[in-house]
Amino acid sequence: METPAGPAPRVGSRLSRADHLGTFKVRWGMRRHDYAVAPGLYALGSPGPDSPVLASANYKLSFDHLRAACPGLDAWLLVLDTNGINVWCAAGKGAMGTAELVKRMDQARLDQVVSHRKIILPQLAAPGVAAHEVKRLTGFRVVYGPVRAQDLPAFLEAGRRASPEMRRVSFTTGQRAVLIPVELVGALRVYAWLLPAVVAVAGLAGLLGGPGFWAGVAGPGLRAAAALLLALAGGAILGPLLLPWLPGRAFALKGLWPGLAGALALWALWPHPAWPPGAELGAWLLAVPALSSFMTMNFTGASTYTSLSGVKKEMRRAVPPQIAAASAGLLLWLFAVFFA
Amino acid sequence: MPLQYLKDVTTLRANPELCLGCGLCLEVCPHGVLELRDQRVAVARQDDCMECGACMINCPAGALHVQAGVGCAQAVINSALGRTGDSCCCTIEPRDAQALPQADIGLAPPPKRKRPGCC
Repeated sequence: METPAGPAPRVGSRLSRADHLGTFKVRWGMRRHDYAVAPGLYALGSPGPDSPVLASANYKLSFDHLRAACPGLDAWLLVLDTNGINVWCAAGKGAMGTAELVKRMDQARLDQVVSHRKIILPQLAAPGVAAHEVKRLTGFRVVYGPVRAQDLPAFLEAGRRASPEMRRVSFTTGQRAVLIPVELVGALRVYAWLLPAVVAVAGLAGLLGGPGFWAGVAGPGLRAAAALLLALAGGAILGPLLLPWLPGRAFALKGLWPGLAGALALWALWPHPAWPPGAELGAWLLAVPALSSFMTMNFTGASTYTSLSGVKKEMRRAVPPQIAAASAGLLLWLFAVFFA
Repeated sequence: MPLQYLKDVTTLRANPELCLGCGLCLEVCPHGVLELRDQRVAVARQDDCMECGACMINCPAGALHVQAGVGCAQAVINSALGRTGDSCCCTIEPRDAQALPQADIGLAPPPKRKRPGCC
C-alpha cells in the first residue's frame, strides 16, 4: 500500500498454518532468537488517514498476536526494531523505547500518513517509553492500549478506554503452562551433558569396583538419571504449574515442595530397603529438592510479577543452601558409587 | 488465587508534592499499585510492585522513583558471572529516573543480535 514514505506491506489478521507452526516452534525454544519481522510501517486491512496507528515489537509472536486480535480492523501497524524481543522484555531493556519509537515514526513519515496525532502503544511498552517525551519530540500523543492484544477491539469500541481488567497483568495457569516447554528446553541444555556424565561415572565406578561397567550403568547410573528427571519434573513443570498453590512467596521455596515430593517418590520406589537410607539414596534426597528449588527460582524471569529487589533477596537466602545441598549430594553420591 | 511476591522489598517511592495529578502512572501500572488521593499520587499496594519502572519513566513531574529492573534470577546470575547480554533480560542494569529518557535519545543503533541466555 502506498504511503508518503514508500509502500507499506499489507497484512491480514488471519494467521496461516506457517504462522501457527512458527508459534509452536518458538514455544519449544526453536529459532526463538531469530523470529523477527522487518521493522517499519504495515497496513492491516485498508487503512486511511483517519485510521488508528498501533505500535508493536518486531518479535513475530508479538506481531502475530496483534494482527490476529483485530479481524476486520483497518489500522496502521508501526513495528519497532526490538531485536526480535517481545514488547515487555524489550521495554524493560529500553530497546522498545522512546528513541526507537520516535525514529520509526519519523522514518515512516507518520505525520503525513495520518491526519490525527495519536499513536496507540501496548501498555507493556510503558517501562521503555516516556509518553511526554514522545509528545514533545513528535507532537503525537501516546495512548496506552490494553495489556493483551485480544482486548484491543473492546478498547477501541469503548473510545480508546481500557477497563481496569485490561490494565492488569495476570499469570493464569494457561499462561504459565505455555511457558513450560521453554523452561524444559533450557534445562535440557544442561541435562544433555549431565545425564550422560553421571551414567558414565556410575559405569566407571562399576568397572573399577568389580561388577563391571554395564552393571554400574544399569544400577546407580539409571537411578541417578531417574532422580535427575524427577528434579526436572518438579522444578520445571510442577513448580510453574502449581505456583499459586505452593506454600511461600519466594520461588525457591515454592520449588522446594515438588522437589521434596520427588525425593519422597524416590524413597518409596527405591529398589533396596530405603530406611535407613544408604549413601546413594541419601545423596538424592539432598540433591533433588535443591535442583528443583533452583529450577523454579529460575522461573522468576518468566513470571509477570517478580521484582528485581525481591529476586536478589531470595537468591541471597536460597542460593547458598541450594549449592550446599547439591554439593553434599554430589560428594555423597560419589562416595556411594566408588566406595560403598 | 492472587499471586504476590516478597513483602517489603520493592524500592518504589512516591512524592505526592511533585505530582500534577495527571494519572498516567495509574494507567501504565500493570499491577494497580498506585492510586490518586486528593489528586496526588499515593502508593496503595506497595508489595504488588514489580519495579518495572513504567510509572517513573512516564511521570512528567518526577514524582515517582523506583530502582527499575527485571526480576529474573537468570539475569542476576549472568550479571554475577560477568556475562554480558543484549537487549534481552539477560543481565541486570538498574535504570534511573532521569537517566533513561535522555540517554535513550540519540542512542546508537541497537546492538547486533547475539544469542541471549534467557527470555
